[in-house]
Amino acid sequence: MLAPNFWRRALASRSFVIGGGLTLLVVAVALLSQVWTPWAPDDQFIPNKLKAPTAAHWLGTDHYGRDVLSRIMVGAGNSLLVGLVAIGLGLSLGVVLGALAATWRGWMDEALSRLGDLIFAFPAVLSAVLIAGLLGPGPVNAIIAIGIFNIPVFARVTRNAALQSWSRDYVRAAVALGRSPVAITLRHVMPNIASLLIVQATIQFALAILAEAALSFLGIGVQPPAASWGRMLNDSLTYMYVQPGLALYPGLAILLAVLGLNLLGDGLRDLLDPRLRRRRG
Amino acid sequence: MLAFLTRRFIALLVTLLAASLVVFVVLEVLPGDPAQVMAGMEASPESVEALRHNLGLDRPPVERYLAFLGGFFTGDLGLSHAYHVPVANLVAERLPITLPLAALSLLIAMAIALPAGLYAATRHGRPGDTLVMGLTQLGVAIPDFWFGILLVLVFSVLLNWFNAGGFPGWSDPLLALRALLLPAVALGLSQASILARVTRSAALDVLQEDFVRTARAKGLTRRRIVWRHVLRNALIPISTIVGLQVAFLMAGTIVIENVFFLPGLGQLIVGAIANRDLIVIQALVMLLTAMVVLVNFLVDVAQAAIDPRPRHG
Repeated sequence: MLAPNFWRRALASRSFVIGGGLTLLVVAVALLSQVWTPWAPDDQFIPNKLKAPTAAHWLGTDHYGRDVLSRIMVGAGNSLLVGLVAIGLGLSLGVVLGALAATWRGWMDEALSRLGDLIFAFPAVLSAVLIAGLLGPGPVNAIIAIGIFNIPVFARVTRNAALQSWSRDYVRAAVALGRSPVAITLRHVMPNIASLLIVQATIQFALAILAEAALSFLGIGVQPPAASWGRMLNDSLTYMYVQPGLALYPGLAILLAVLGLNLLGDGLRDLLDPRLRRRRG
Repeated sequence: MLAFLTRRFIALLVTLLAASLVVFVVLEVLPGDPAQVMAGMEASPESVEALRHNLGLDRPPVERYLAFLGGFFTGDLGLSHAYHVPVANLVAERLPITLPLAALSLLIAMAIALPAGLYAATRHGRPGDTLVMGLTQLGVAIPDFWFGILLVLVFSVLLNWFNAGGFPGWSDPLLALRALLLPAVALGLSQASILARVTRSAALDVLQEDFVRTARAKGLTRRRIVWRHVLRNALIPISTIVGLQVAFLMAGTIVIENVFFLPGLGQLIVGAIANRDLIVIQALVMLLTAMVVLVNFLVDVAQAAIDPRPRHG
């Protein structure tokens, strides 16, 4: 799938390098937080509350005296996990539905397209609020809520790209040779659209992190005492008058994670879709 | 045109009907008993049963769905469990905050995005273009509620120019608009970034057209060409995105109202979730979805009026 000079071109792409670097940084912090944080993230020490950054607490402490840096590190893990599982859910179901629609067309394509339109009619945050309102707050329900909205996104991308693949000569030749639709889809159609799906998944991942942060901010996502960036920002509404840093650092973490994934997606699109590169250049 | 309108209108009704069915069914399969929640955990089974009867929850699902649907035409959206008042009253109190907030942020987004996008397009590939594109990249990545918090930090806490939140009511329109300004800016920023990118790429396409070259050859000024000819022709892709953005703005108000303590629909819906006030959740989600679907319908119709092509598509 990768062109032979992919990495050479990738390292020359500013978007790819900056985006990839930021994403790697966030992933590394998330992984590191599983084995080590400067302080135990949930340990409260009230006498030490709302302290400005010091040598011991690099980003200060929150209203329970917990170390802000440690909580941001753990928050990275929670944020990435919710995003990853939600995108995995949307991607796997969306690709299957999109491929089915492109392969069988007819009423199935029509029905799936209309269903997609219907899900699109609900704004993402709104559907997440509805689902979380029904199932109750918590990370699993946040994943379901974000994942459901991603199904039609991937289904549409898959369907449109797969339809194009089906009209190619070598796919028609495979049909003429009597290969089954499933075999053709797996052998010829999917490898063709994989790069498109990777790009879309990167961008949707960024949106999922934003959505998770918004849900946690509203108190619907990851629940306390577990650390989440959105929840930390909600707490900062009360305490930023004393300790403004509380309102800054979790937001910066979200910004870096989302910016990194968006840039990475842009870079990948330029690298994997040569037509676009020429038009943009 | 009439055939297109009819077809589009029927599609609108079908979407609304399907959406109402989804909202109703989803709430129907929910674990938990609204009557029990409303009456409280200590309530006797008899009083819960009486309440269930009063709320009409003991009627068959089909009958309740029809009542739910009919409520949207008669304005009877049911009774809130938590507030013990009709949901329609709650909505009527809060709509005058949420709608102006969404409209104001759309205006702000357009006021930033159109000039920025056109500027970037006319300086394609030069530093001005790179700067605008870099800023939009940042704008898309900043969560709107965090941007709102930053605005509070700077303009309320540090500079003391604005109140940190709350809403004084519309008796003094200037004060009311002042209270909505920071939230609207916070909500509009990411939409402005998306819109600026769309405007830029639509304008770039138009700039390559022959008639722009003709206009240049005629000696028209650049400003006149860009604002008169390029913008007008780029309006179709731009209006499609603006239509979609209304959905994001309506949903965005849910979060932003909770940053600025604005008593709008967003705060109502989050409160309803905390109280498991299902009738309110049901009515609000349906109402917001209906607004989004309706706006997209109006954008389609407006586009068909500007450009005859989609009618046959």
